[in-house]
Parts: sequence; C-alpha cells; structure tokens
Amino acid sequence: MKNLKFLLVGICFGIILIKSEVISWFRIQEMFRLQSFHMYGIIGSAIVVAMIAIVLIKRFNIKTIYQEPIVIPDKKFNWGYVYGGLIFGLGWALTGACPGPLFAQIGSGILVTTVTLLSALAGTWVYGLLREKLPH
Amino acid sequence: MDIIKQPWPWYVAGPLIGLIVPALLILGNKTFGISSTLRQICAACIPANISFFKYDWKKDTWNLFFIAGIVIGGFIAAHLLSNPGPVGINPKTIVALQQQGIKDFSGLLPQDIFSFKALTTLKGFVFMVIGGLLVGFGTRYAGGCTSGHAIMGISSLQWPSLVATCCFMIGGFVMTWLILPYLLQL
Repeated sequence: MKNLKFLLVGICFGIILIKSEVISWFRIQEMFRLQSFHMYGIIGSAIVVAMIAIVLIKRFNIKTIYQEPIVIPDKKFNWGYVYGGLIFGLGWALTGACPGPLFAQIGSGILVTTVTLLSALAGTWVYGLLREKLPH
Repeated sequence: MDIIKQPWPWYVAGPLIGLIVPALLILGNKTFGISSTLRQICAACIPANISFFKYDWKKDTWNLFFIAGIVIGGFIAAHLLSNPGPVGINPKTIVALQQQGIKDFSGLLPQDIFSFKALTTLKGFVFMVIGGLLVGFGTRYAGGCTSGHAIMGISSLQWPSLVATCCFMIGGFVMTWLILPYLLQL
C-alpha cells in the first residue's frame, strides 16, 4: 500500500508524456534537427522547476512525509557516462524514445513498442554481463 | 476540458515534469529515474548469476509501481483525454523526413518503421530491435537516462550528469545527421 502513491505519480507522469507528445518519434527528430524548441523547452523548464524545488527543500529543510531528512546521493563520474551516454543517444534518435516514454507508448496502445522495450531489457542484460570488461 | 484535450505546450508539460522530482523526494526520498527499472526487471526475471543483477531489487519496488503508473497514465491520456492524432511538428521536419522516405505522419510514430508488419523487414528490425538494444545498453552503461541524468541529475547540480546529458545529445545528433539517412533507405 505504501507504494500506491508512486503508482499515482507514475500515472501523472504517463499522462504528461502523452499529452506533451514527448513520446513521439517525430518530436525527437524535430529536436535533433534543431527545428523546434518544444523538446528543449520541456527538458529545460523541467530542470529549472526541479532545481528551484530542490533549493527550497534544502533552504527550508523540508522533510519527507515520514519526517525523514531528504538526501540526494552524489553521482561519481566514470567514463561509462561518456561511452554509455553516446550509445544511448544513438538509440534515442533511432527509437525516438527513452525508457520512460517506452512505457507510456505501450500504455497508449502502441503495442509494437513492447519489442523495443524487450530489446532495451536485453541491452541492459548484456551490459550486466559485460560490465567487468567494459572501460568505466 | 478543451485545454486538456489539446496537446500540451512545453511550458505546461515541462514544469509539471519538474514537479515530479520534489514529489518523489517528499513522498519517500526517491530520486527520479526510469532506466534503473530495466535493471530491476532483469534482476527479477533473468538474473543468470550475473553479479550486476544480484542485489536486493525488492527494496526498490516503488520503482515498479512508478512504471506501472506510466503505462496506466499512457492508457488514460490516449483513451480518455482524446487521441493525439498527427503531431504538429515543424513542416520543415516533415519535408526532410519525406525526402528520406517516411510516408506516414498520422500517429505518434511513423507506421512505415514502427509496426508489427515492419518488424519483419530489415528497417523495422534495425529501428526497433537494434535501437532498443542501444537504449538499454547505453542507459545502464551511462548510469541513467533522460530522467535520471538530464532532469534529476542536472537539477541537483551533479556535474557528471551534465556530461552524460551532453553525450546523449551528441549521440542523437550523430545518429540523426550522419547515420539515419542511410538507415531510412533500408
């Protein structure tokens, strides 16, 4: 039951992804062709709003609903961010989707995306298999 | 109701997505990110004795509820909040894509590439199967995707996330400008 609230947040996110057309392959193409501000506006304003919220959380020491202090773990750089980032970028332009939109596309009835999702799972699995051998 | 039924402009959708970050933090110290759920599903379904998948994935069950919510949200938006139909993209993009062989602009994805029928063609295989592999492999290698790095990471001032996001964009530009024209000819 504790997790139901995350289901609700997910529902909101799914609705926003569809209504803003972020999950459209065409929108992603438009972004990478620099022919529209739409995607840049969405990602940019999301970052600004989240940043303001995090500053407020820190400034007023806002706690979770369970009265725990909010902690954001630090990310430690490794070269995987570069190599993996470039590989993800190639896939992003090809499929027109990142992991979140894949789930929203399936929900919206574009069932063929299940294939892309299963491939993405396979890709994650292959990464797990090869991880020790890859440069990081 | 008309406002809800139309596609939402960036200045409505972007800030709403931004608010998901504090919502998850306040509801239980959770950091926004989707690609980790792919690792979780691998760990739960096909761990195959790989050390990367041997971790306590049940501790992050909230994440699975979150993605289940995204699927339901997708259903609600598409079925109850009107069908998005053709996406109002820049006519220049349409012309450029038409020149490269895309004919169908009626839905969210081009049917020429993304359909069960196209799956049996080389083109469909490359876009869906190879594309999916790159997305899954790349996000995990990069330790996150657009949500985890671009939105959560940059907004919490993690410089490695900024590096990752720049690489996402570079990869996307390389694919769109240098590789895609050839793949669309398949």
